[in-house]
Amino acid sequence: MQTQAGVDWRKLFVTIVMFVVSMLFLLPFIWMLVTSFKVERDVFVYPIQWIPREWNAIQNYREVWFGDYPFYLYYWNSIKVSMLTTLISAMVSALAAYGFSKIQFAAGNWLFIIVLVTYMIPGQAILIPQFILYRNIGLFDNHLGLIMLGSFSVLGTFMLRQFFMGVHQEFIESAKIDGASHPRIFWSIALPLVKPAVATYAILRFIWTWNDYQNPLIFLRTDRLFTIPLAMQKFTSLSGEFYSLIMAAAVSAIFPLLIVFIIGQKSVIEGIALGGVKG
Amino acid sequence: MSQTMETVKKPGPQITGRPKPRGSLRRGENVWGILFVSPMLFGVIILVLFPILATLVLGFADWNFVQGWDGIQWVGFQNFRHLLEDDIFLKSVRNNLIFLLTVPIYMMISMLLAILIDRFVYMKGYFKVAYFMPYISNIVAVAVVWQVLFQPSYGPINEILRTIGISNPPKWIADPNFALISIMLISIWISIGFNLIIYIAGLQSIPKDLYEAADIDGANGWTKFRRITLPLLSPTSFFLLVTGVISTFKVFDIIAVMTQGGPIGSTTMMVWYLYDTAFVNLKVGYASSIAAVLFGFVMLITLGQWAAQKKWVNY
Repeated sequence: MQTQAGVDWRKLFVTIVMFVVSMLFLLPFIWMLVTSFKVERDVFVYPIQWIPREWNAIQNYREVWFGDYPFYLYYWNSIKVSMLTTLISAMVSALAAYGFSKIQFAAGNWLFIIVLVTYMIPGQAILIPQFILYRNIGLFDNHLGLIMLGSFSVLGTFMLRQFFMGVHQEFIESAKIDGASHPRIFWSIALPLVKPAVATYAILRFIWTWNDYQNPLIFLRTDRLFTIPLAMQKFTSLSGEFYSLIMAAAVSAIFPLLIVFIIGQKSVIEGIALGGVKG
Repeated sequence: MSQTMETVKKPGPQITGRPKPRGSLRRGENVWGILFVSPMLFGVIILVLFPILATLVLGFADWNFVQGWDGIQWVGFQNFRHLLEDDIFLKSVRNNLIFLLTVPIYMMISMLLAILIDRFVYMKGYFKVAYFMPYISNIVAVAVVWQVLFQPSYGPINEILRTIGISNPPKWIADPNFALISIMLISIWISIGFNLIIYIAGLQSIPKDLYEAADIDGANGWTKFRRITLPLLSPTSFFLLVTGVISTFKVFDIIAVMTQGGPIGSTTMMVWYLYDTAFVNLKVGYASSIAAVLFGFVMLITLGQWAAQKKWVNY
């Protein structure tokens, strides 16, 4: 199919068609962004104005960020909850993954089966007892409780266990002969070897926690503790007909994630492809 | 949102048999082993194992949050019997089953797009990111944007439809006959990115020489697709089918944000009804029985997966 000029015309044609199709996926986002810059009366002007006639971006975003429902606060909440969840979850998962793959201990296989079984349980089937438990031990309506919910994901253990299994047992054995203990081997030898996998898991966990709507909805009550998705929904129900503001809020909700995604794009896509991970 | 994970090529984690450790090292290994896995184990037992047992027990109770522990009444299978006569629950299950249709649809679209992106386009990177955008985005924000786009009287989608000559476009999420379909469309739109990425990974693991050999034999594109691509993608397809089916049973966010189960119950689904029963109407026992049914469905699919895997997948 290759022509003299080096351009494959069939490939070019498919690229153009695919580009048009990709607009189905991008246009809603572009519409959202453009609308967030408009004055309210221009939002539904048709034909759609892809470049705003009258710019109102600063006022819209100021209202979203510092108005009655101040997004800076929810940003802080989301950053705090997502960061801590990611950190704790990565740590707990890495420890367990190392334990299950590199330490041969008596109950190991049995305990691993317990972990395996819990992995099949859908999160929503356990919401009610979790709620009752949280009400009784004081973890309801605070960030610590929310962080705990996301920190013991079995998924990370599975993902990292596969990578630890790829670390040659000889490394571990020779370190042991040299007198190194397991914490030492874990920290100085095994963990550095699986660092890319831990990073991938951390990025995924961050994205999932940031986007989580269900847990904050059920386990938070106080407005000032809200994370972005929950705040986004409250903001929408309160702002009613102010669509330009709602879109500014939506842009604010999606934007940081986009940054994380673009920075970690390779890790995210490879991680998802490698582990076959679904959020 | 909950997660599932499996290796694309060999679904179902494996437990490798290991030689039993011997001698004086053994006790030390046991202690370290327990110490390393204990944080995870502790969390999982308190936050998952204990709650699932509690769910199964509470399914047999008639209880309201506000009554306190004394208010629990054990009613045997009464909750489950009521579920069978509960119109909203039956409608939820029916909607969940209808929602299953989204899985093969987005799988087919994703496979087609993946083949095109993997073999026939320039700027692969752009396409991966573009199609992946909906999946990575905050579902609440996405749902809100679609809510506005679908606005019946002056929303952009209906304006466009009127322009191209459809004088009476559907009212989308405001119309009981169209609401579920609208939600399904958005769900397909969101899911394509994930499926696409997995399919591209699957395609890249197919050895190129198979296609070269087929070329020598004079096979056309369709034959190559039927005889090479499709069978060698079957483990990927199987994995996507199972995770896709399980995820339809967990649909909640999009319903909660866009329709709250309405209009007139047309988009109610199992998890939404569970949430509504437990956290709005505070009927804990009854909601637990719904949770138990949900758990049953997901377990059936998971066990079915293990049984079916051998038959269905061509390695």
